[in-house]
Amino acid sequence: MDQFFKASDLSVIGAELELALFGMIVLVLDLLFKNKRVLAYFSLAGIGWSGFLLLRLYNKVDEGAYGGALTLDPFAWFFKALFLVAAALAVAISIRYLDIERENHGEYYALILFATMGMMFMVGAMDLVTLYIGLETMAIATYILVGFLRSNPRSNEASLKYFLLGAFSSGILLYGFSLLYGIAGSTRFVIIRDALEQRSLSDPLSLMALAAVCAGMFFKIAAVPFHQWTPDAYEGAPTSITAYMSVAVKAASFAMIVRLFMIALFSLRPHWLIIMSVVSALTMTIGNIAAITQSNVKRLLAYSSISHAGYILLGLIAANQTGLIAIPIYLLVYTFTNLGAWAIIVALRRKDVIGEHIDEMSGLFFRHPVAAILMLIFLLSLAGIPPTAGFIGKYFLFAAVIETGHNVLAVIAVINAAISMYFYLRIVVAMFMQDATEKTGLDLAPGVLAVMAVAFVFTMWIGLYPDPFIAMARRAVGL
Amino acid sequence: MDFFNNNILSIITFWPLVGMLVLLLIPKGSTTLIKWWANLVALSGFFVSLPLWFSFNFDDPQMQKVVNVPWIQSLGANYHVGVDGISLLLVMLTTLIGPLAVLSSWDAIQVRVKEYYAFMLLLQAGMLGVFISLDFFMFYVFWEVMLVPMYFLIGVWGGPRKLYAAIKFFLYTLVGSVLMLLGILALYFQYPSIAAMHPEISAQFGALPTFDVLALHAVGPYLPFNLQFWVFLAFFVGFAIKVPMFPFHTWLPDAHVEAPTAGSVILAAVLLKMGTYGFLRFSIPILPAATVYFVPMMITLAIIAIIYGALVAMMQPDMKKLVAYSSVSHMGFVMLGMFALNPQGLNGSIIQQINHGISTGALFLIVGIIYERRHTREIAQLGGLSNVMPAYAVVFLIMTMSSIGLPLLNGFIGEFTIMAGALQKNLWWAVAGGAGIVLGAAYMLWLYQRTMFGKLDNPANQHLKDMNWREWATLIPLIIMAFWIGLYPAPFFRALDKPVNKLVSIVQAASPAGAPQAAREIR
Repeated sequence: MDQFFKASDLSVIGAELELALFGMIVLVLDLLFKNKRVLAYFSLAGIGWSGFLLLRLYNKVDEGAYGGALTLDPFAWFFKALFLVAAALAVAISIRYLDIERENHGEYYALILFATMGMMFMVGAMDLVTLYIGLETMAIATYILVGFLRSNPRSNEASLKYFLLGAFSSGILLYGFSLLYGIAGSTRFVIIRDALEQRSLSDPLSLMALAAVCAGMFFKIAAVPFHQWTPDAYEGAPTSITAYMSVAVKAASFAMIVRLFMIALFSLRPHWLIIMSVVSALTMTIGNIAAITQSNVKRLLAYSSISHAGYILLGLIAANQTGLIAIPIYLLVYTFTNLGAWAIIVALRRKDVIGEHIDEMSGLFFRHPVAAILMLIFLLSLAGIPPTAGFIGKYFLFAAVIETGHNVLAVIAVINAAISMYFYLRIVVAMFMQDATEKTGLDLAPGVLAVMAVAFVFTMWIGLYPDPFIAMARRAVGL
Repeated sequence: MDFFNNNILSIITFWPLVGMLVLLLIPKGSTTLIKWWANLVALSGFFVSLPLWFSFNFDDPQMQKVVNVPWIQSLGANYHVGVDGISLLLVMLTTLIGPLAVLSSWDAIQVRVKEYYAFMLLLQAGMLGVFISLDFFMFYVFWEVMLVPMYFLIGVWGGPRKLYAAIKFFLYTLVGSVLMLLGILALYFQYPSIAAMHPEISAQFGALPTFDVLALHAVGPYLPFNLQFWVFLAFFVGFAIKVPMFPFHTWLPDAHVEAPTAGSVILAAVLLKMGTYGFLRFSIPILPAATVYFVPMMITLAIIAIIYGALVAMMQPDMKKLVAYSSVSHMGFVMLGMFALNPQGLNGSIIQQINHGISTGALFLIVGIIYERRHTREIAQLGGLSNVMPAYAVVFLIMTMSSIGLPLLNGFIGEFTIMAGALQKNLWWAVAGGAGIVLGAAYMLWLYQRTMFGKLDNPANQHLKDMNWREWATLIPLIIMAFWIGLYPAPFFRALDKPVNKLVSIVQAASPAGAPQAAREIR
């Protein structure tokens, strides 16, 4: 084994260290500043600086930092950048929202920074223990954030549910990890891969490990049948955190899944291929069908995010060049599009108006035409209608499954894409085809406007000219 | 001028889009300005498209006015446009119908005027894009883009059940198009392996996966039958929903009845042609073996549509719904001619598409005129209108005759040619088609008789005004076209000659029995 620590390894995690540092400073500054907006700006600066450090690492590829426990490959780099973007956008939509909820505290921003740091470790991990520590850093910070609206019982309930089920699933995952350690005698992904290759495919111990890891992972990405926590957690959480969870936590979990299944568990692919195909089909279908009946916008988008997880699994099922490119592309697209949509949901929350019911969006076009049109574009993108970014994401996934001959799955996926249009159109109908009520309206804070603008630009840019982004995704998966 | 001539297709397509963007800058209060601007854009769009017709070389079987520049290089998708005789006619039809539909909305649309015209222009751009695309990726983008404005046109400005009709339209079409997308992808990934075996193809179109329609045309004959079978079915769902073929037609009556007049006109005249165009441009040339294999199914569905559409039309109490079901029947004719797969059948099928655009478009305008005055389309409420609206009655009569295929008018040319094509293949196909023509004459004449003739006994109809100049302006171009095609269809057939022969030769090469099949099957 390599030397466990070299001084040069520190530079590999520079961006993460900097985020942790800023998080702690935010906690201290919280005591000094009455105006919590300053903390938000400070956190944004921290994220920006972290992004700058990351940018300097663009060409530095270090496969074996910390004796091989962490890596800084293009894959990790891509996702770290994605997390920072998502974190920045999430902070930007939070500022006014937290004021309205009267819960603007410094810890909020610090926790977002810590969660982001945890994700960055997750995606760089090449070792089960490092992976798990990153995962729990992210998860614990998110449990607290979900329950951040202390005086709101729904938020408390959501947090408790998420925490209990999350802890339970982490336990199962950890059990799987321990079995893998037992098989390989090491926690390094590459060694586990070699050890699993030595064993027969029907080895019960490997199968048990696979089952436990799958269950834990499916919980994290909210795949059926481990999706039950999602609607409650997404509905109860502060909307800005829902937005953050639906993109960043999801992206981090998928990055982790890709690493684990494409490296450590790759020799078990015949088994997990079947599991994932079934789970993917169920997740898409159940997520979409459940979304149809929702009239709470947060719940509706929660179910839609479940179905999106099902789509993304298609990339892993195909596991060829197109499929692997599809995962980062889709997550990138989803980050911008979904944050754009959530920014508008966040803006629905005003003083005295909860702004979660679909009726509260009725006639939005007459009050805020530009915002309604942007929301339309984001919804079309979520449904995968060209020329928006969502189509490019779906294109890659569908192409991957067709290319690898999973034709039945492809048909299920596209039919689901059509079904999803139905409930996205419900929001469109409310916004454009119903009359405005006294509750209709948006609180368009500067942060929300900025996020909407950024999301719009990227949604259309990726939709009309995706080449640079495809190149980024290609580089990320090493092609 | 060179620039204009080389890029004329792009200019025609994006002209309405540019007009729409300018329109968005006009304040929404100035409705008169918005209307004038939208009409100006749509009408100038027609004049911009005229040079295409005059500079088109009818003797050249290749795609013309081709522009092919890279778009998404990592996918092999290009901005590739071009027209042959088939798409030329459809582009001209679209640019002709567009301004008429826009003009017909002048009084009918009173609320949310700005958005209405913005969507109309966007729709126009989307439809034109479909007909000029020679890249499957680009085709798919345009195909989907035009769903959104049509959805809004029905959903915002439609009748009482507009939301239901709009969502039905959207979802039906979307299901079809996503399945079509899978078919496109299957071809995309199959291309390299076929091209590798045929150096002449890879020399021309490259060895990488491609969305280039011409490249796929080239590999078409070599595609394995199994693949052709499934891709044909995938395309079939996409295109048959759009046509609409029985049993996928149920969205059409709803969409037509609820849509505003201009929406129905565009829907009938142009949107349905996108489905038939899909069969002509993609299914038949790329999948010739599967095309031949599926002829019995396609013909059966076409005949069911002809008879069933006509019978249902006969029973409708609502004028618009009657015309909508007549569309189902007429599109059945189009499909019958197309899948006769001989020169007469295909020629007639394409001419009949244009005819259907003209006469059904005109009939929807005619229904719209009476609806604007009476706010009802119920046949029982009308009757004896020729007494108060003589000019209207004449126009209605011309279009009724055009629709039922009276000689000297356009419908006759199309139906006659289709029947000739069908008869060459199988007597019974022609008999079924003939029954459809008879039924068509019955429901249209009956409709005419019930609304125009008889006593004017409903007091609400006593003081109806005859057509005004604007309504004349929307209908006169269609009347001229109906007579032109009826009296002198040669230019249209000339445009179709080369592309149709190409299609026939592709299909004949793929037929199991080879060339003399047409003669053999006459009984």
